[in-house]
Order: sequence, then C-alpha cells, then structure tokens
Amino acid sequence: MGKISSWDWEPGQKTVVKSLSPLEGHEWQEEPYVSPDGETIVAIVKVGDGEFSVRTNDSVWDATFEKIWYPKFSPDGRLAAICQQDMEWVLVADGETMGETTDYIWDTMFSEDGSSIATMYKSMERYGMSVNGEPWENLYENATMPAFTKDGAHTAAVVQAESMAAADLDGFKRGAYTVAVDGEAWKGRYVNIWNPVFNDAGDSLAATCRTTVYAHTIVVDDKPWDETYTQVWEPVFCPKDGGVVAPVRVAGKWGVAKDGKILWEPRYVQCFYLQYSPSGEDLWAVVATSYGQFTACVNNAAWNETWPTVSDLVVSPDGQRAAILASNCNEDFRIVVDGTPWSGTYDMAWPAVFSADSKNVAAKVEKNGRFRILVNGKSFERDFDAVWPPIFNEDGTKVLIRAIENNSYVRIVAEVCNF
Amino acid sequence: MSHIADRIISDVGLESGVAALTTEKIEKVVTRMLKGETGAKLRAYKETCMRCGLCSQGCHYYMSHDADPSYSPVNKATETMYELMDKKGKVSPQRIYEMAQMAYTECNLCKRCAHYCPIGIDTGYIMSQVRRICYLLDVVPQYIRDTAHSHASTMNQMWVKDDEWIDSLQWQEDEARDEFPDLRIPLDKEGADIYYSVIAPEPKFRTQLIYQAAAIMNAAGVDWTMPSHPGWDNSDMCMFVGDYENMGRLKRAHYESAQKLRVKRIVMGECGHAFRSVYDMGNRWLGHKAMPVPVIHAIDFYWELINEGKIKITHQYENPVTIQDPCNIIRGRGLMDKLRDVVHFLCKEVVEMTPNREHNYCCCAGGGVINCGPPFKNTRMTGNRVKAEQLKATGVHDVVIPCHNCHGGIEDIIGYYDLKMHGKFISDIIYELMEKPEV
Repeated sequence: MGKISSWDWEPGQKTVVKSLSPLEGHEWQEEPYVSPDGETIVAIVKVGDGEFSVRTNDSVWDATFEKIWYPKFSPDGRLAAICQQDMEWVLVADGETMGETTDYIWDTMFSEDGSSIATMYKSMERYGMSVNGEPWENLYENATMPAFTKDGAHTAAVVQAESMAAADLDGFKRGAYTVAVDGEAWKGRYVNIWNPVFNDAGDSLAATCRTTVYAHTIVVDDKPWDETYTQVWEPVFCPKDGGVVAPVRVAGKWGVAKDGKILWEPRYVQCFYLQYSPSGEDLWAVVATSYGQFTACVNNAAWNETWPTVSDLVVSPDGQRAAILASNCNEDFRIVVDGTPWSGTYDMAWPAVFSADSKNVAAKVEKNGRFRILVNGKSFERDFDAVWPPIFNEDGTKVLIRAIENNSYVRIVAEVCNF
Repeated sequence: MSHIADRIISDVGLESGVAALTTEKIEKVVTRMLKGETGAKLRAYKETCMRCGLCSQGCHYYMSHDADPSYSPVNKATETMYELMDKKGKVSPQRIYEMAQMAYTECNLCKRCAHYCPIGIDTGYIMSQVRRICYLLDVVPQYIRDTAHSHASTMNQMWVKDDEWIDSLQWQEDEARDEFPDLRIPLDKEGADIYYSVIAPEPKFRTQLIYQAAAIMNAAGVDWTMPSHPGWDNSDMCMFVGDYENMGRLKRAHYESAQKLRVKRIVMGECGHAFRSVYDMGNRWLGHKAMPVPVIHAIDFYWELINEGKIKITHQYENPVTIQDPCNIIRGRGLMDKLRDVVHFLCKEVVEMTPNREHNYCCCAGGGVINCGPPFKNTRMTGNRVKAEQLKATGVHDVVIPCHNCHGGIEDIIGYYDLKMHGKFISDIIYELMEKPEV
C-alpha cells in the first residue's frame, strides 16, 4: 500500500464494491473492515459447515479455517487475522499463515511501517509474545499488557515470573511480577506492574508499578523511582530529553511527576492520558479541574470549559493544537478543538484526526443511526449508512472518506475547501 | 450481650496483618486516613447518633442472633470507627483484629439499617471506612484479599488469564450454535449499541450464563459486543477490601474498554455489588459525578426487551416463585418495580417474601462477606437465620435471584437450613421459556 502520497487522491467518488450482500454460497458475513487506503473492504464469512474465510472486495481467501477473529489491517495494508485450524491457532496475513500453530494467540500489534506483527502467545500453558510467528524462547506462567517498539525490533509484556500458591498473600507481597523484554525478564520483582511502554527509539521501557502493596511508582528499565505515591497512571517518555512523566496522586489530588520529581503540583481531581508534543516542549493531558468537570490541559494550564466526560485526547503533529471528545456521560458528544466545541452534538463520536500540517481537523460522528464526516466542524454534503474515520492527504487539502451507502462500499476523495 | 472478642475466628490474613502491627503504626494510619480521606459526613454521623438503637432491627445479624446488641449497627460503629475516632487511633493490634472481623464479616454494607435510622446514618459507609483503615494496616481476611490481588493483577476477580476469557466466549459461541445455528458472540464490534459485561465467575464456572445471555441477545436482535481485552469484568472486590486505588484502576479499565468500542451503553449481567462499584464508588473515586458510560443492570435491560416485545416466551413458568431483592440494585438503584414486572411477565405465580423490596433482608453474602471464604461461612449461616425464616415462610421452592452474591449466599442458607429450595437467575428462566428455533 505504501505511503499516503502513493494512494489515489483524485477527487471524486469510486464504487469499490457494488454489492455488499453475501456472496453466493456464504451462509453469513460479519461486520466489515476497511483498509487505510480505502481500496479494500473485508469481512469474515461463513463458507460452509464450521468453515470460515475472509471476503476481500468481491473475492475470498483460498484458505478456510474453523474460526477467524480479530481482523486488523496493518499499516502496510496487509490484513492480519487470528485463525483456528485443527483446534490450534495461528496468525494469518493476507491468507498466509505466519509461524506454527499454537494453543492460543491474541492481541495483534503492528510496527509503525507494518512490516512486523506481534501477538500474545500461549503454548503448553506457558505465556509470552510472538513476532512474525516466532515466539519468545522464554515463556512464563502468565503474560499480559504487551508493548511493541515502533520499529518492530522489540516486544515486552508484564509477566508472572514467580509461582504463587492459591491465596498466597505472602508470595504476592514479595512480588511475582516483572517485565520481560524480548522474553528476558527483568531481575526486579514487583507486587504489580502495569502498562509497559517503550520510548520511540525502543531502547528504554517504563511502566507503572507497586513496589510494596501501598507504594505506587514508575519503573524505568527495572529501576523504580525513589519517590512513591498513593496511585500512579501510565508513564510517557519525553521526546526531548528522554525523561519519563506520569500522573501521580498525592494527598487525594492528581499532578504530574517527571523522573520522580513533581512537575505539576497535585491539584486536579483527575489527570490522565498524558501526551508530549513531538518536540517534547509541551505536555498535554486530560484533567478534572473539579469533581465531574473534565477538560484538556497543556503545560498545567487547563482549557476554560469543562464537560462531565472527556476522552480521546489527540495532539496535533506540531504539538500546538489538540482535540478531545466531550460528552454528557456518553451522550451528546461534541468535538472540542483548541478548547472550543464545534457546533452540533452527536450520539457518538470518534477521535479527531489532524492533517499533517496541523491546520485541519476531521472526525467521524453518528447521529440518529447515520454517520457523517466533519472537517473543521463542517459536514460533508451527505451522510452514510456506515463510515470509517477520515484520513487527510499529505498536504492536508483532501480527505479520504470510506463509506457504505445503499449496500455499496464507496471511496470518496473530497477537497477540504468544499466542506 | 456477646462481644466480638469472644467470637474471634482464625484467619491467615488477619493474623499475619495484626502480627506486624504496632500501636504507633495504627495511630499514624488512622490519623492520616481520618484526616485525609474522611470529613464532615463521618463526624456528623458520630456526633448526631443518639444511640437510640432503632437501627438494630434493620440488621439481619442482630435479628438472627436473638437481638444481641453486639450485632446492632450502632454497636458496630461504636466498637470500630467511633472508638478509633475517640481514641485517635490509639488502640491495640488485637483490637484491630476484632474491628476487622466485625467490619469485613459481620456487616454486609447492605444499608438496610440506614432506612431505620431516624437521622439517616449510613452505617454501611462507616464500616466501609473501617475496612479502608484495616486495608491500610494490612489486616484483611485472606480470601477476599486474594480476590483483590487477582483484580490488581488480571483486572478480573478470579485470576482468569487473557486467553481464557476469549476462549470461554468462543467456546460458548460454539456450544450455542448447536441450538442457535446463526448465533454470534461478537468480539470487539466497534460501534455496537450494547457492551455486555460480566463478572469473572461467569467464564470461570458459570459459563451457562454467558450462553444464556448470548441466546437472549441473539433472539432479541440486539446489536451487541463483548470486549476481548481486560476491562470485561465489572466486579470489584478491591472496593470491599478498601483498596480504593485498585478500585479506581479497575473501573477505569472497565469504562475505557467500553469507550474504545464506541458503544452507547454497558449492560451488566445479574450482579449486585458490581453495580455499586460502577455507579457509586468506583466512578466517583475517578472523579466522575455519574457514570461516564451508562451502565444498566440486566433487570433494566430485560424489562426493556420485554416492553419492546423482543423477548417472546412459549409459556409462563409454572412453579410459584419468590423474589430476592439484592441490596445494591434495589436499595441502591430502585429496580424493585422493574424486577417485579419482569418476574410477573415470566412466572405464573409470585409469592412475595416479607418484608420485601427496599426493606428486604440482605443475603448475608454481599459486601464481600462471602468472599472472605470458608473461615467465615458459619458467620454467614448463623448471621442470617432471619433470611431462612423469610424464605421458608413463602412455601415455594424457587427463588428468583438476580445477583451472583445473593445466589451464593442464599444457596448456602438453603443448604444449611435444609429449606429444599433452589435459586434461579432471571436469565435461567428466560432461556428456559424463550422461543427457540427448531434445529
């Protein structure tokens, strides 16, 4: 599929699949998925008794399986799915199996360019990860919360490295958990460890942990911070200096700590979803400035307006702008950009998308069972039966709309100036 | 009047915790907790309580122990929190053992007593704060503590591994297809109307409930999904242990897994305490005034389906039934009328327990008491004789119980008092009666 610039950006509409009705002989067809470039729509189909395959536009994979789930498009356009054959599971990309079958795999993840695919992996009641079908050499009693480097070179997960008897309180308090990177467990043992995350270079890893039952902190490359807190949320690496920041709770209020030192004095009722600008100069978050009053925040300065529920903070590529989804407890969604909500409320909304130059913002919304694409708050000329999140072209002048209308799958390139 | 010191039960968690305590540590933790985590509400309760004892008859332990004042809610508050406040935490480690046993195993946090208090003192809240202190002192019964450890490590209460959860759903989907050939349990279906969440005992040993839920969703044509990632378990023993940090972590995972799937609302299975966690305690600890994603209990959901004509039954359940009103969704949420609408739709004859609705007695399992495990089973049995009498007086054999903890507790009561009755979830009855395809 290649880079976005290589996609078809000719303005206009193309019908990719005229009829989405199940193909002849297919007993059923599940919900569709669409490739990022919009050229392919797929669905799991039942092709026979206990036989499943994948419909790709108007053709079907040659291979069939007993069960297929978790279809995901990789950034390079391949369709990866988790498939069962002879009661064992294997990763399948574009109909080709990757690696040997095993007892179970799940949680497919992709490298940034899509060339590597990782999954969680289980064999003989032992757990780990697998990359392109190759499992870790060392497996553990359990593995959860996978992480994958951008370049696909390294994987990590929280692993249970020590056995515990049933209801073993002492064993638990001694610490049974750690992080394994590429299958190699850290030496340290933790009461709990959560949310491991690699830095961009993939050579450092941070996670949230409990060093004792009551001491929550951040651990970086198996070295916990000296400072502990009553609660900590997931860490983020600073792209500027390699430091690590995380929301921390002190005396009932949330703030942000960097490398174990308070960066934002704890004053919020809540603080999470930290994100740095690419330069590392600006730190964004979602905060609750008061009970039930959530908003976005940059460099410890919250936006003026608050909402009962806020999610899906998206920071622009230049790091200077941000968008959130605000709602009244999952109803009356609004897209809020730079602190100002777009007009209109929606039954559901999807995370906003910025153009590469950070100037334009688009989003998918739902109202009364119909779906729309908005750009800079203005709707495309018509709504759809279904639509996927919009994608800008490289210079931000066009937006790709992938939609279903009248039982057809269509690919529309719309010019931003026409919204 | 008996005294808690005379009925101490051996428990590994309580014993090891107390062995590591010093009076100095107790004082420090109590002072810090009272100053930092409680406020005017607790002080007002203590200062306005007239010790009138009207709360006593609200408590099934008191009623079941022949009006022994030791089990009266006001006495439990006096012997625990009020004493800690009066003495500013200067109590002995052994006293903490007694307080912990009282708070964790002799109060279900059912809040029935609050209805009987002339000034509305919520002893359930007071005892929750006692548990919080005990947790911070590391004095927690072994089995419920282990459940909380499971929550913290796996995000579910029964150490269910990530693959086991998915595998259980796929297994139930396969099983159900023998009966409903086109049935699906759609995993991670983004944009579905309904996210169905359960508690970990369902994939662990009550998989028929997942099967039945799928059958009902399928028959009713509901656009639904279940998540493949952690967050699927709505239950929360961290809340009952007093580990509020991990309560928050759990609720965050639950709500965020629904938000990521862009669902309109969460429907939870027939569980009581989980509802308390999602709509009262866990959500508020995270800073939400309400639920960030609406969660409706299965009773509410079945009520909707019935009223929309989406559940069709072939006939009504023939045997007379009685109804258990679970504390957290009746006193906590007010679903007593909808529960009766649903049961009367499904069943020919309903014989009410007395008292009932918001005045119904607790099952004695809730509030995490059943999760304190075998050492305290007898506490639950002798502590709820009044429930056995209430059940027996109905003269029926079937009890509709829309709550997991109530199920466990009432089945134990039925066995202990040889009542020859049997509990049923609502979904058991719907599944039994619903129109099914001829395969």
